[in-house]
Amino acid sequence: MIPRQLILGAVVMIILALGMSFYAWHMRGGASQPETASTQPVAPPVSGPTEAVTLYVAYDDGGFLRAQSARIPLPAGRQERAEELLRALLNIYLDKSSPHVLAAGSEVRDVYLVDPGLAVIDLNAAFADGHRSGVLIEELTVVSLVETLSANIPGIARARILVDGKERDTLAGHLDLTNFYDVAAFSQLALQLQSER
Amino acid sequence: MRVAMAVLLAIASVVLLSGSSEEKRVSIYSTIANYSLPVLERNRLDYVGLLEVLEPLGTVSGRVNADHWRLRYNDADAEFTAGKRVARTRGTDFYLSANFILEGGRGLVPLADLSSLLSRVLGGPVTFNPSARRLFVGSVAIHFTAQISNVAPPKLIMNFSGPVNPSIATEPGKLRMTFSHDPVVAPGSPKLTFNSTAITSASFLESNGEAEVVISSTVPVLASFSNNGRTITVGPPPTAAATPATAAPALQPPALAPVPVAAGPASVGNAPVAAAAPYFAVVDASHGGEERGAALTEQLAEKDVTLAFARLLRQELDNRGLRTLLLRDADTTLTLDQRAAMTNSASPAIYLSVHAASQGTGVRLYTGLTASGGENIGAFVDWDTAQAPFQALSDAAATSVAAALHGKQVAVRTLTAPLRPLNNIATAAVAIEIAPPASDVAKLNSAAYQQPIAAAVAAGVADARDRLQAARK
Repeated sequence: MIPRQLILGAVVMIILALGMSFYAWHMRGGASQPETASTQPVAPPVSGPTEAVTLYVAYDDGGFLRAQSARIPLPAGRQERAEELLRALLNIYLDKSSPHVLAAGSEVRDVYLVDPGLAVIDLNAAFADGHRSGVLIEELTVVSLVETLSANIPGIARARILVDGKERDTLAGHLDLTNFYDVAAFSQLALQLQSER
Repeated sequence: MRVAMAVLLAIASVVLLSGSSEEKRVSIYSTIANYSLPVLERNRLDYVGLLEVLEPLGTVSGRVNADHWRLRYNDADAEFTAGKRVARTRGTDFYLSANFILEGGRGLVPLADLSSLLSRVLGGPVTFNPSARRLFVGSVAIHFTAQISNVAPPKLIMNFSGPVNPSIATEPGKLRMTFSHDPVVAPGSPKLTFNSTAITSASFLESNGEAEVVISSTVPVLASFSNNGRTITVGPPPTAAATPATAAPALQPPALAPVPVAAGPASVGNAPVAAAAPYFAVVDASHGGEERGAALTEQLAEKDVTLAFARLLRQELDNRGLRTLLLRDADTTLTLDQRAAMTNSASPAIYLSVHAASQGTGVRLYTGLTASGGENIGAFVDWDTAQAPFQALSDAAATSVAAALHGKQVAVRTLTAPLRPLNNIATAAVAIEIAPPASDVAKLNSAAYQQPIAAAVAAGVADARDRLQAARK
């Protein structure tokens, strides 16, 4: 004769086991579902009349920045203009003959302009993961982005860089991404970097 | 019915408990390689893949023929049969304690037989500690001694017979050294007690392929490496006894840092006069351990170049009478917060962080790009802007070092950079990035290239000694 408590205990354990198995199966099913395509509308390429802008382009050879005039089509919105500016800069860096090549697939996901005077640049993972490591090489990239933005979009006092929408310690092992950058101090740094040694 | 119930209970328990247990591992130490492998449970016994065990030790191959598995290691043959206990090695029979398992072409042998099996295949002595799952091929064990230095502040000096690289963790009253890949073995007694009120005992433990030394203390302690990883000194942070209470602002990293900051003079003794002079400089070889830094070439990691240069720089500074603390003197991992906390605890006159890069040539010097506006509350200084009051001093030090490098015809450039932990350092702080000579990256790690640069940097620091020293008073 089996004691009633043993039977009850066994039944409870079986129910628990079945419940956990069902839960695990459910979770696995959810995890393995293919990602659905993004339904966000894609902005059409900017076209129309061009505007004169100044891009701060990094040069690995000599390790300096150079202010470079360009004419690019810019949309009306302040935030959209900021994004287009950085995309124009990245187009230079993604060219194989670029003086400061970035990894293929590097993109600026978004630029957020938050009052008062804060610019948040959101890069994609390919940008940071594929970036070459070194203090100067990382600094050239970051200063180039921030200085290009602040030189063409008035009113930016501080800047912050995120990667895939999240905080990251460094760009590629050196340049600090955890703090807000003081744009005035960065402009001084940009001047240092524009003078070849 | 009872049997069915028992089986159901067992199944339910396994389902409920699965995934919570730690993976079993066995560590193998040899003169060729130290490594660890997963232990597999089959038929309620521990098994291990024999091919995986032998692969790091020499040329090995396994061939399946029906139920038979033939193994060849260098010039030795061994033959096993799935489901059988009898095997044949070097022409003689060998009996396993449980059946051999052939699983997807992979030969599994009972862990309990690994020692005697390897001894026959390798043809040499093999020692196995089954409870800790640690196997020693030949005479590779690293022994150590531990003794208390009675010079204040009290320190535990551990000397090892070979270089070691444990991971260090601290908790209140304890410092743990975990040796995952070092064949460290127990001293004569697994627990050593010391005649010290600050550092009371050290215990040796082994389990799951790892050894651990746990040091019990009544004061905050940290570990430093020297003698090429053969000596570990455990003691209070360097200036706990030597620095006046008003000399340095109280600094703590924003999160809980594993390395403690000095608790204050009262906690480590009452003989500051007898304590060693405070460090003039702290040299920090960036990166280390799992954090390799830049891949300078396929073989050369930034962490190795920075360590080699930092050692030369310490020597050059010491030669000029500038007492220097090297934060990392082995291939160990330190977080940026740990580096800053250790430096601020030592209250040096200058902090020098060493980096290396493959781009460009010569040397680049960086001082912090520190935002102002941090809120200091009493003696507590804002962590992110701790460098701000020392910026001018850092610039002066960088200028002096740059002049010394110019004097030696080394191409040098001085810049600012948002580079941690410079902004967390409460003293003069300069980062040095060494680039290769004329784009020849391989020469970056040569002593012939590094030595004159280290000498010039040390000379520049020595030239700024008076100003740096004055700022510390």
